[in-house]
Amino acid sequence: MSSIVYSNKFLIWSKKNLFSSWINTLLTVLSIYFIYEVSVFFLDWAVFKADFLTNFRGERIIDRTFCSKNIEPGSYGACWAIIHVRFYQFMYGFYPAAEVWRVNLVFFLLPFALVAIFFDKVPFRKYLLYFTLAFPFIAFYLLYGGPSLTTVGTNKWGGLLVTLFLGVTGIALAFPLSIALALGRRSNMPIISLLCVIFIEFIRGVPLITLLFTANVMLPLFLPDGVSPDNLLRALVAVTLFQSAYMAEAIRGGLQAIPRGQIEAARSMGLTYWQSTRKIVLPQALRISIPPIVNTSIGLFKDTSLVLIIGLFDLLGIGRAALADMTWTKLYYEVYVFVAIVFFIFCFAMSRYSLYLEKKLKTDNSS
Amino acid sequence: MSEQVITLEKVNKWYDDFHVLKDIDLVVNKGQKIVICGPSGSGKSTMIRCINRLEAHQEGKIFVHGTELTGDLKNIDTIRREVGMVFQQFNLFPHLSVLDNISLAPIWVKKMPKKEAEEVAMTYLEKVKIPEQALKFPGQLSGGQQQRVAIARSLAMNPKIMLFDEPTSALDPEMIKEVLDVMIQLAEEGMTMLVVTHEMGFAKTVADQMIFMDEGNIVEQASPSEFFNNPKNDRTKLFLSQILNH
Ligand SMILES: Nc1ncnc2c1ncn2[C@@H]1O[C@H](COP(=O)(O)OP(=O)(O)OP(=O)(O)O)[C@@H](O)[C@H]1O
Ligand SMILES: [Mg+2]
Repeated sequence: MSSIVYSNKFLIWSKKNLFSSWINTLLTVLSIYFIYEVSVFFLDWAVFKADFLTNFRGERIIDRTFCSKNIEPGSYGACWAIIHVRFYQFMYGFYPAAEVWRVNLVFFLLPFALVAIFFDKVPFRKYLLYFTLAFPFIAFYLLYGGPSLTTVGTNKWGGLLVTLFLGVTGIALAFPLSIALALGRRSNMPIISLLCVIFIEFIRGVPLITLLFTANVMLPLFLPDGVSPDNLLRALVAVTLFQSAYMAEAIRGGLQAIPRGQIEAARSMGLTYWQSTRKIVLPQALRISIPPIVNTSIGLFKDTSLVLIIGLFDLLGIGRAALADMTWTKLYYEVYVFVAIVFFIFCFAMSRYSLYLEKKLKTDNSS
Repeated sequence: MSEQVITLEKVNKWYDDFHVLKDIDLVVNKGQKIVICGPSGSGKSTMIRCINRLEAHQEGKIFVHGTELTGDLKNIDTIRREVGMVFQQFNLFPHLSVLDNISLAPIWVKKMPKKEAEEVAMTYLEKVKIPEQALKFPGQLSGGQQQRVAIARSLAMNPKIMLFDEPTSALDPEMIKEVLDVMIQLAEEGMTMLVVTHEMGFAKTVADQMIFMDEGNIVEQASPSEFFNNPKNDRTKLFLSQILNH
């Protein structure tokens, strides 16, 4: 009964939107045909004709010569064994296997650290927020080492670990910096406001890759002789500065949406500039700016893959390294599709979250 | 002699080269209720906003409780604590509940413990007759209720002087009375009040002094009976005839 109603609804909808005129009908048919062909081809390649751990003869694949497509003429299925063989590196880079539980623990704890930021109605939110504050220190201790944990230098880090580290840490560090920049840009003090404008516009006018090179070359010049910050830290500085400029503009948009009367009311009751900023302006401005902040964060997360240029092995860097291995070479599609899927999962999640927030803001405001 | 709580001496203010306030002299004594009226753009808002320094004046002197208003931030903060202000657009904080709106300043400015501040907030909500709205958000209240919350919010800081800038002109007619009633009650309790309003009925009920402003000048200052029955200035006469006849 309900399925009849449902399919009826679908018929009405499709008549109105897909087949309203002959040109619309033609486009619909062509699109469906195109989507069908592409997905059949892709599924054939990625699943039905693909090798996973063994080839069509049932042999375990230990290098590229075992892939079905390299044995049987006319066979074109993916050879996913390269991902399997390199999976550890894709996740952790060259992190020592004996210590890898530390990375796994951080991956496991990360959602708990994030959930209280992303959702305001989780149980025990207050305690989770304390955990969020402590998490950077816990994560650093676990990943890098310290008292009673052996040190694992960042040159051993790689793969998803580096991608997530740069993405999450970059965004987290950029957040307070961007608030300061956005407030500074609107400050009454001309010097401060000018400095913030110059910083923001300079960073936004330069490609991230230039910043990465610059950080790589310039950072050691600012530090005392003998202190050489490691490559990952240099990349982190560049990524953070880059992201903070974009976030600052998103937050400035939110600040502009706050009516002057809000600040006047707060100030007229005797609240100081900082009190009214913290209690009145920022809570309202940030709520409005979260969707654009998430959008710039998606961009940044993908851009972290540029660090392979300065010799870091993020997810994409590990993929390139896998392809450079003579025994596995030429499996480009498998590697790039896998890397793309991993990036897509994270970016899609962020994008859905941003949509959820926009909807939530709308309903909150109309109440 | 009664105590002077606000003194303006030859106050001048410009927006760029636009002269908004021209040689304003004004004395407000403790407990006085002064109603200010005048055509749009005459500088009424600007004048009362100078008193708690939401706007800075460029020439002349303003004293509030003997403290001169200068760029000195300490003085400004002290004065703002003693001067409450109610705005035409209410300016409640939409992200805070009614209770939090009112207890915010006592907690952060007076460093009152949260519980005590909430009790204070409740007493003032009772005073403006909407204690049952304490847990709602501003967006859920009518305009008249919002303005009464705004009044309670100012009163919670226990100010010695209240400034009102057209508190009822954004309200639907049926809500004006509930706000004016609260203001009349406040006047009866002896609050010093400066009210910009065109509600002449209210003015006749509570004002000790009427002020008429035009083009940045205080054109006429008189007791209400003088002001309404026997205005001296032609512009005042014209203004009164316009406002009372419509
Ligand atoms: N921030 C500002 N910059 C420039 N001009 C301003 C500013 N604020 C007000 N003015 C101008 O100063 C004049 C006086 O404004 P004010 O708001 O004090 O008038 P008002 O008497 O309160 O008028 P209304 O009855 O419309 O509220 C107006 O001409 C206005 O355009
Ligand atoms: Mg005005």
